[in-house]
Amino acid sequence: MKVKKGIPVIDQGDRLGFWGGKFGGNFVPETLKKPIEDLEIQFNKLKNDKNFIKERDNYFENWIGTPTRFIKLNNLTKHVGGAQIWSKVVSDANGGAHKIYNATVHCLLAKRSGKKVIIGDTGAGYAGKMLSMAAKKFGLKCKIFMGAKDIKRQQPNVKAMKKNGADVIPVYSGSQTLVDAVSECMRYWVANCDTTAMCVGSTVGPAIFVRICGWSTSQISRELKDQLINEFGEVPKKLKLYNCVGGGSSSFGFWNEFMDYSKKQVEFIGVEAGGPKNSKKHAAPLTYGSKIGILHGAAQYVNQNSDGQIEETESISAGLDYPGVSPLHCFLKDTKRARYTAASDEEALKAYQIVTKYENLRPSLEPSHAFSVAIKEAKKLSKDTIVIINSCGDAYKDRGILEKKLGKKYVKSN
Amino acid sequence: MLNPINLAFKNAKKEKRPALLTYTVAGDSSKKQSLEILKAISNYADILEVGVPHNTPVADGGQIQTSAYRSIKNGIKMNDIFKIVSDFKKSKNSKPVIFMGYYNMIFQYGENNFLKKCKKSGVNGLIVVDLPWPENKIFSKKCKKNSINFIQLLSPTTSNKRLKSITKDSHDMIYYISMLSTTGGKLKVSPKKILANYNKIKKINPNKNCVIGFGITEKTISKFKNTDGLVVGSQICKEITRSLNNRQNPVINVSKIVSKLRKKIS
Repeated sequence: MKVKKGIPVIDQGDRLGFWGGKFGGNFVPETLKKPIEDLEIQFNKLKNDKNFIKERDNYFENWIGTPTRFIKLNNLTKHVGGAQIWSKVVSDANGGAHKIYNATVHCLLAKRSGKKVIIGDTGAGYAGKMLSMAAKKFGLKCKIFMGAKDIKRQQPNVKAMKKNGADVIPVYSGSQTLVDAVSECMRYWVANCDTTAMCVGSTVGPAIFVRICGWSTSQISRELKDQLINEFGEVPKKLKLYNCVGGGSSSFGFWNEFMDYSKKQVEFIGVEAGGPKNSKKHAAPLTYGSKIGILHGAAQYVNQNSDGQIEETESISAGLDYPGVSPLHCFLKDTKRARYTAASDEEALKAYQIVTKYENLRPSLEPSHAFSVAIKEAKKLSKDTIVIINSCGDAYKDRGILEKKLGKKYVKSN
Repeated sequence: MLNPINLAFKNAKKEKRPALLTYTVAGDSSKKQSLEILKAISNYADILEVGVPHNTPVADGGQIQTSAYRSIKNGIKMNDIFKIVSDFKKSKNSKPVIFMGYYNMIFQYGENNFLKKCKKSGVNGLIVVDLPWPENKIFSKKCKKNSINFIQLLSPTTSNKRLKSITKDSHDMIYYISMLSTTGGKLKVSPKKILANYNKIKKINPNKNCVIGFGITEKTISKFKNTDGLVVGSQICKEITRSLNNRQNPVINVSKIVSKLRKKIS
């Protein structure tokens, strides 16, 4: 299994949508075959259509606000004492996270195909919030499926969705988190695919959704490459890109443009959610060697029991609390292009405290996982190594959890 | 020799009625009780679909989800499900059994092992909800080799070209999903329209037994008398839930419903 050079990874799947012959695919009910095929035809045409790209870039620039900042974390670098630590502040994007790219593209596609309603799943609430924003912008009706447990713990984003006019539909089945929200959203699409477009909130689901999302979030690395060349005159000789991995949309987008560089020059480090320190439950299928299984229409490494029932996950970060992971990351793991590790709930909280102490930046709990590993590893790295963490979400949505875990100080001071 | 599924359709045809197919979830509400339910309803049903419960079902509505979660919560395992079938097959009124489930359960068991075990326990057919055509080509051939019917699904969104290809690759029985819905949805399409689609499929190959499922209940079933077969699932699962909530015996209540369903199409 190998990553091919010169071809976008999203286009490296085979005829049936499998990366490396075994990850991804289309394990869907017959009813969804037609709408998925329609979407494939539409996307394959539009992704090479100059007018469509122009329209996308126009919205990205003037509505989402590209490029997001690329900043050096001077105080943190000094405190850690090793590699130079930088951050790509993707949370600058309109709405406060990377989910806006995929949401915008899906709404553009829905609009072009004449659909009036768009539905989506959400865990941390970002995918839902962004989809509700984009739907409002493009005049589409919007329904968001969200686990009842997540609705409770991510209230600021729930309020934002409602304010944008979206119906937030609580999902009470199973663990009442993201995995159930995605299932329920797909079920709704099965029953309404003639009138309704579906947006899958990450690089997961049937192959076409993996591709659209990866194509959309790749905006992050396109910007970063320019910013690196502006700053250093070239892509640095020793570059390490740290990103949290739940479904894997922000990390894939953060890495995509650097895929063809050797991993000696540009290393990708994906940080999964290890869950509470003393719990056996986690959301880190790549790190802890989960077996390949089928989840939400795609073959991937997924937490499951020996029978094939999907196992419950546990993580302080709702956005990473997913038992599976993008087929793209399974592919990058098996080809050894990326390295994956995990941070526990406690380590993520600690990293949040350190970052907010030294910098005027407040990463949400998801990127705090990536900060945790980056800080640990940067210590041991040379000064000419450039470490970049994608701060892909803002901690505003985590206020409740942070206050409970760390006390009022950490909420107020920001 | 005719395989048991074909024989069941033939027998129903002799009586000038559609075959009645029921769907219940294995292990709902317990291993023992689900076996008793199978035994009781096989007095009236012609073919028994046995649901293999899965906890991320992308095509099932609330009623079947409730049954599946109940069964999983009670600790049902794949091997228990095979045991339920083999025990059922030993009973005197045993009927053909079709497993209906999601591919991950087969994938984890190993395709070959799974089929071997199906054969051994007496499973006659398989419906794999999330293994559509053409992805199912290899597995479907494996089933045929093991004399197990792989049952293809068709839906209102299936294009004419696909209808033909899928029918060509199908075995003895095909399953037409009546409308865009998860299981247990209310019939939102007129029976006339559903039957028009059904007839379109029958025209492609009149020899394939085509059943209609989704939205078939006591209220709607008599409108589809001129078909090869009809599947009732969610109404039965709902009845199990209702009986449990009212501390009544699901075995008696479910077999009453199935007997009524049978009368409506006889």
